[in-house]
Amino acid sequence: MSAAYERVQAARAKGRPTSVDYINNIFTNFQELHGDRRFGDDGAIVAGIGRLSDMPVTIIAQEKGQTTKEKIARNFGSPNPEGYRKALRLMKQAEKFRRPVICFVDTSGAYPGLGAEERGQAEAIAENLMEMMTLRTPIISVLVGEGGSGGALALAVSDEVWMMENSIYSVISPEGCASILWRDAKKVKEASECLRLTAEDLYSLGVIERIIPESGRDFTAAYMNLRTWLKKALDDRAGLSPEELIEKRYQRFRKFGSVSIQNEVD
Amino acid sequence: MIPKTLFKKANNELEHIGRTVYEDFVEATQTCPQCGFELTATELKDNHEVCTKCGHHFRMNARQRIELIADKDSFTELFADMESVNILSFPGYDEKLRSSRAKSGEREGVVVGEASVGGRRCVMFVMESQFMMGSMGSVVGEKVALAFERATREGLPVLGFTVSGGARMQEGIVSLMQMAKTSGAVKLHSDAGLLYIAVLTDPTTGGVSASFAMEGDIILAEPGALICFAGPRVIEQTIRKKLPKDFQTAEVLLEHGFVDAIAPRNIQKEMLANLLALHEKEESE
Ligand SMILES: [Zn+2]
Repeated sequence: MSAAYERVQAARAKGRPTSVDYINNIFTNFQELHGDRRFGDDGAIVAGIGRLSDMPVTIIAQEKGQTTKEKIARNFGSPNPEGYRKALRLMKQAEKFRRPVICFVDTSGAYPGLGAEERGQAEAIAENLMEMMTLRTPIISVLVGEGGSGGALALAVSDEVWMMENSIYSVISPEGCASILWRDAKKVKEASECLRLTAEDLYSLGVIERIIPESGRDFTAAYMNLRTWLKKALDDRAGLSPEELIEKRYQRFRKFGSVSIQNEVD
Repeated sequence: MIPKTLFKKANNELEHIGRTVYEDFVEATQTCPQCGFELTATELKDNHEVCTKCGHHFRMNARQRIELIADKDSFTELFADMESVNILSFPGYDEKLRSSRAKSGEREGVVVGEASVGGRRCVMFVMESQFMMGSMGSVVGEKVALAFERATREGLPVLGFTVSGGARMQEGIVSLMQMAKTSGAVKLHSDAGLLYIAVLTDPTTGGVSASFAMEGDIILAEPGALICFAGPRVIEQTIRKKLPKDFQTAEVLLEHGFVDAIAPRNIQKEMLANLLALHEKEESE
């Protein structure tokens, strides 16, 4: 059994807490806010305002649902464009009222459906990436389960990105990678290893700042730790001007990538 | 998110051998996938890789594109010395990079430079389908980000031509991060009040469509180009239904409001030159 594939299964396991559990256990006074004011309300994204200790914050979360009924209503956590547009609307609102934004990421990917394409899935994600980069308020993102590709990144262009110990974050699902590169869906374990998608992998690649430890099925300590660390991360940024914040965020992403410079010109 | 078909090998070895044997005697021909007309390589080249009978736009490589769009001898290439690194030691990636370099004659999947178009200076980036179907790895992301940063510094507009199967899986999460990096560079260029025109060509999909391709102030698309986030096959597998024909073409995106105009190759340069002229700032001093 591949260690990476075990993590993939753990991240998707039935009974694992979903974003709503994090919201209920970390924040108080949560008021959900619905709709993108353009087309509709996407159940795959839960968003609203609440308090982190005393501090009002905007919370935006991808939610997969727990029961079958919930899962269907939440489209299994795969947002449509209106979900990303709802997220952006509430980020802009947070900017206006100078509230920090906390995002919880849990999706196998943006929904690949007919309506999603017609309503501009690519455009919706692209706009979030651009606008988040220069949002004039702090953003912290936490991957709680699956972080699938651009659909996850659209809630993770943030000042810091953290991962739960058993969450994964990848450019493509191991199943998709195996079937495209090797034409063999059974090579999913091998793909899981190659993609380097575990929290430890991402930490060593410098793509995330923190791993939140888990202890079995009891998340009480994890929620407490998260509350403490979120508060600290926001306190650390309280003294920064929006310009400093944006510059740091841009540099955080600007450094990703590895290139070799060839001196000989042919 | 990337449809399998985009990674289909275009030419087999037999075909290649056939070509080298016969090319002195018989000119290679291509059959137009839209109307079935047989076109010789010369006919296609002279018509900017567009079918002379029905107007179908074949793929065009980056150098041909630069020749079509940039004013004569105005293109100066930038950042040409970058090559990819197999950061994750992904199996098969080194060989894939080598064969793509040989196949395309390029070091990577995008060519960047400064040029003038209709007499107006701009920074251009042109993606190359022959290099791993323009998939976005570190080098593509870095060169596109550098293109925007340079344009921001110099106060120049950016003209970008996209063609991409999406993310480059072999670079894993680092490939995904290029979407954020390039989008940030586009945003800073935009916040400086500068113009970015994106021209989407066949195919523009996945991580590139969900980042800098869809971030233009003005988004043009070539006739018939496949433009999507998720490819047709992925969608069909998800919804378990056949998609309507031509569901994700440039023309359908125009109808749904996601591109500004269709830009056929015979008037593409003219359209771009006009748009650049319309955005020219008056001398302030
Ligand atoms: Zn034709």
